[in-house]
Amino acid sequence: MMKDWIANWGNYPWVEAEQNYFRYQDEAVKLVDSPETFIPRGNGRCYGDASLADQTISTLKYKNIIAFDKENGILHCQAGLTLDKILEVIVPAGWFLPVTPGTKFITVGGALGSDVHGKNHHKDGSFSYHVLEFELLTSDGKVINVDKASNPDLFWATAGGMGLTGLILSVKFQLKKIASSLISQKQIKARNLDEIMELFQKYEHYTYSMSWIDCFKAGKNLGRSILILGEHATEEEVQHIKPEKRLTFDNKSKLSIPIYFPPFVLNRLSIKAFNWLYYLKNWKKEMDAVVPYDGFFYPLDAILHWNKMYGKKGFVQYQFVLPLEESKEGLRKILTRINKKGWGSFLAVLKLFGDQEGLISFPTKGYTLALDFPVKKGLFEFLNELDEIVLEHKGRIYLSKDARMEREMFWKTYPNVDKFLDIVKEYNPAYKFQSVQSQRLFQPV
Amino acid sequence: MNNLLILGAGSDIGVACAEKFANEDFNLMLAGRNAKRFEPSQNDLKIRFNVEVTVHDFDAMDYESHTSFYNGLPNKPDVVICVFGYMTENEDAFKDWELAHRTLATNYNGAVSILNIVAMDFIERKAGSIIGISSVAGDRGRQSNFLYGSAKAGFTAYLQGLRNRLFKEGIPVTTVKPGFVNTKMTEGMKLPGPLTAQPAQLANAIYKGYKKKKNTIYVLWMWRWVMLIIKSIPEPIFKKLKL
Repeated sequence: MMKDWIANWGNYPWVEAEQNYFRYQDEAVKLVDSPETFIPRGNGRCYGDASLADQTISTLKYKNIIAFDKENGILHCQAGLTLDKILEVIVPAGWFLPVTPGTKFITVGGALGSDVHGKNHHKDGSFSYHVLEFELLTSDGKVINVDKASNPDLFWATAGGMGLTGLILSVKFQLKKIASSLISQKQIKARNLDEIMELFQKYEHYTYSMSWIDCFKAGKNLGRSILILGEHATEEEVQHIKPEKRLTFDNKSKLSIPIYFPPFVLNRLSIKAFNWLYYLKNWKKEMDAVVPYDGFFYPLDAILHWNKMYGKKGFVQYQFVLPLEESKEGLRKILTRINKKGWGSFLAVLKLFGDQEGLISFPTKGYTLALDFPVKKGLFEFLNELDEIVLEHKGRIYLSKDARMEREMFWKTYPNVDKFLDIVKEYNPAYKFQSVQSQRLFQPV
Repeated sequence: MNNLLILGAGSDIGVACAEKFANEDFNLMLAGRNAKRFEPSQNDLKIRFNVEVTVHDFDAMDYESHTSFYNGLPNKPDVVICVFGYMTENEDAFKDWELAHRTLATNYNGAVSILNIVAMDFIERKAGSIIGISSVAGDRGRQSNFLYGSAKAGFTAYLQGLRNRLFKEGIPVTTVKPGFVNTKMTEGMKLPGPLTAQPAQLANAIYKGYKKKKNTIYVLWMWRWVMLIIKSIPEPIFKKLKL
């Protein structure tokens, strides 16, 4: 068989892998029944090394909708279906994804394996909260129907378990009712970290919230940001729109970045200028608008292959969360450290999470910050320094973004790792399912 | 609503055509071996595109069954896409008649047998469009793929003649020569990126070719030129090449 060089969204690291596809369940069973080890892989939209291995089982050809209950808003589909294909079907029927990350180009299997979160985490939790049941192909070739009541261990070890319990074959989940496909949006500028954190608390009743943060600002402007809030527009708000146009799937033409940018394109100056303009475009303190959902949830999807902006060497998205009581001090330290280093991120996103149930899922009540850093000399040493601050403030790193955290950091920051690994050992005793990341973080060496 | 019959609906190109034509409001009849396998896909197409979809067992090599298969369809098709194919390592088929026979019997005999039946029906109804998926491999026999290639060459010539025969009946016949496509058939082969199409790209080109009643479609424009060059190399030189 032929091997391909593959990477996830960060274009770091690259691995030479044999990609195996299946179209029917029995083909997946047959694949697992070989002496090889594998990691399940969807659309490769995690950032680091989570879905990389010498052998992958790609779900991309296993992508049928099995059932769509339009009355109750329940969708059952195969794991390789991507969220954009789901929106195409559910939005016109008056339903929306219960939780969606910042890109619609992820598979349903990946959404559960990473237990993704969205702008509504503080209200609705992560993706797994809305999963009614799923089918899992385990290392012994058995297909298990898993739900929270009958098999809580396997459910919670699979949600956010990065594919280590087995291959997710299909997922049945609850959708959210909407009256229109528009979002009623509010944007508020915040001068600094104190203000943005106050605003997050004040507007906690909004379903959707996140903020874009300018990490070039220091001193009294440290944490200068724009809070972006949203609600699905209500029937009253869309009364002026013809009923047949209230629920439309957005499919705008897209820009594409066809080549890797050379390293000089994104430099301190151009990133600073972008951030400055971005803040300036909101010329009023508060701005309200009714906008299509696509631009609200997926602003970056409008630029296909935006990851190539960071050049051939790729980038690391550094996303951590700090518990609420530790957030302010920790964020201040980390933003100051980045500032001093002069390595501001092109896009930095800050968000307040709510409580989170689960075993190995990333979110926890508190603030999460995501930053992009192009891979260059000294980056990994610098991120290790940031890790120390995260550790000191009882935070942790998101596995779906991670490509470089050290083993010790992982064990110290994920409190349920022992219980998680006990369950993994039960269903995947010989590490039939393993990735570059699992080898790096917790498999026996 | 128009009815589309896909012969070889289990293939990646078949699935992509089903999606494209369903999106254009065609009802679908999906035919192929082991049609029970199409049921998940049948459900999916119904849910996503709100069209009628039926599945039917069809074996290209079982010529005897073709008439009863065609007469047993719930609707007479307005468009037929013949997409099934069988390809194996040329060297294997060269040594093993069973494989060689299968290659010829599927790609040529099977296609001719079923399309003759379709064409007779279309002539009688004075309606319909026929689309045959042939291959650039049929444009010139090469040592690496001449068994599959010769069957496809035969199929290309058949479609050409059929187009000529059906012209006066007002029935268009379109030959599609896809070049490399990312499908199950080519999994594990090292394909040159710029010359390789995705199944959905191919399905779009096929739909466009159908609407415009095209005679021959090369999906990626480069292929027309690549094959022109390959075809124009003089035989004394060509026979020495390793293509």
